[in-house]
Amino acid sequence: MTSPVIDVSGVDLTFQTNDGPIHALKDVNLEIDKGDFVSFIGPSGCGKTTLLRCIAGLETPSGGDLTVNGLSPEEARKARSYGYVFQAAGLYPWRTIGGNVKLPLEIMGFSKAEQAERVRKVLELVDLTGFEKKYPWQLSGGMQQRASIARALAFDADILLMDEPFGALDEIVRDHLNEQVLKLWARTEKTIAFVTHSIPEAVYLSTKIVVMSPRPGRITDIIDSPLPKDRPLNIRDSAEFIQIAHRVRDGLRAGHDE
Amino acid sequence: MIPGKPSTFRYSVLPVLTVVAVLVVVWYASAIKMNSTWTYDQAARAGTEPSFSEVVKDTMQQDRPLLPVPHQVIAELWDTTVEKKITSKRSMIYQGSITLKTTLWGFALGVVVGIAMAALIVLSRVGRLSLMPWAIISQTIPIVALAPIIVVLSNAIGAGSLLVPKAIIAAYLSFFPVMVSMVKGLTSPDHMQLDLLRTYGAKRSAVFWKLRVPASMPYFFASLKVSIAAAFVGAVVGELSTSAISGLGARMLIGSQFGEPMIMWAALFAAAILAAVLIFTVGAIEKILRRAMGGQPV
Repeated sequence: MTSPVIDVSGVDLTFQTNDGPIHALKDVNLEIDKGDFVSFIGPSGCGKTTLLRCIAGLETPSGGDLTVNGLSPEEARKARSYGYVFQAAGLYPWRTIGGNVKLPLEIMGFSKAEQAERVRKVLELVDLTGFEKKYPWQLSGGMQQRASIARALAFDADILLMDEPFGALDEIVRDHLNEQVLKLWARTEKTIAFVTHSIPEAVYLSTKIVVMSPRPGRITDIIDSPLPKDRPLNIRDSAEFIQIAHRVRDGLRAGHDE
Repeated sequence: MIPGKPSTFRYSVLPVLTVVAVLVVVWYASAIKMNSTWTYDQAARAGTEPSFSEVVKDTMQQDRPLLPVPHQVIAELWDTTVEKKITSKRSMIYQGSITLKTTLWGFALGVVVGIAMAALIVLSRVGRLSLMPWAIISQTIPIVALAPIIVVLSNAIGAGSLLVPKAIIAAYLSFFPVMVSMVKGLTSPDHMQLDLLRTYGAKRSAVFWKLRVPASMPYFFASLKVSIAAAFVGAVVGELSTSAISGLGARMLIGSQFGEPMIMWAALFAAAILAAVLIFTVGAIEKILRRAMGGQPV
């Protein structure tokens, strides 16, 4: 048994605000193994994004232990262990799509030849070959978000952290991107942590669904999905899928009623 | 014409021309009214009774009218730009080139100082706390009051010509819009943009050069137009208040002191035209740079 890639144990996080302390995370315990696709789902304020930011070393927990690849999140961030995809694509308008994907590679000091090769490879991975010289405003919202995924993949970290990456897109585009993310995951065998507030999205994508609830932010249920790794879109009509979606909904409701 | 596309003539040329036409009419009417006093005086002295059309005709061809009419100003402008040799002291092109030189030096100095101060303010807490209030206070002091001090001080350090104090005065006015815009531009990247670079383990210098500087460019471009206009005003004010003998500002002063309204008005118009050319040029450069930075055509 290998040790988990991301190990969260007893993590607490309290923000001090002018209105008193806010308990953002309370006693969070979670293990994410290599190759897992883990979704965090819950209403706003449940700390799902905060938890992802803690894993990324962008927030520091006030208590508990958290390791990423056996390192502290801060060390893991400096070791460039993960790619992070934000809610908005956040592409630089003054750079081409290729230039945007190249950004982390420039900062990390890859050679020019290596940069060009990697840009070509990841753009192909997200199906944006031929758009390298276009500027972000020339692309649709979905394509921009794919470019931002390419940017997170460019330096080939083992872990991909995604914070509601498709939250701002319409459902048709979202379905399409969900399919693509699954393909990407199968091809690259990365460990993915994915924040969402869509139940179908969480069930469709994940091998493990983490249901969270607010005040204080905590985990109410962890569901290991029995769905096969290869998932066509119409798996969402299967009885198993609907059953898991039910359990997620129950978990969300239970957290809400307390 | 493309259907549905607003016509440039109807929506941008026509309104401007209408305003110009109204101004010209008002101008002629005022000139006739103001200059007729002198005409009636002369007629009374000669004991004649001029007809209205004679009065109107006379008000437009006086040598030293209270208010020169537009075609007199244009004639004077033509005479002092096209007819006169450029080397002549009476040439508006010669005078304008002196003002232009002061403006450009002042503008360059102002832009450099403005960017440097903005960088200090954004990068260091000490800079933020100490520079910003002083920069704001600096703009509340009337430049006319400071001008003589600047002349004396730059002479004392051996500047030699008037160009140095005039350029400093122009820079004094033009650095401020650049500084304010650059502070805004350099701090414009949001949390997400900054977090993204943190996930790459980027150093402060990388954040500055790869994110803050390019993100500030639209703000910078927008400030240049304001800044060149301020530098130009500074250059003219500098000429007026440093007892300079050349430059458009000096011509205006000389025109008013020696009762030569034509020179005064021609210098004023030359100044307006030069300012328009400067702003237009900066605007054109801005457009080219925006395009080069992947800007969306509007």
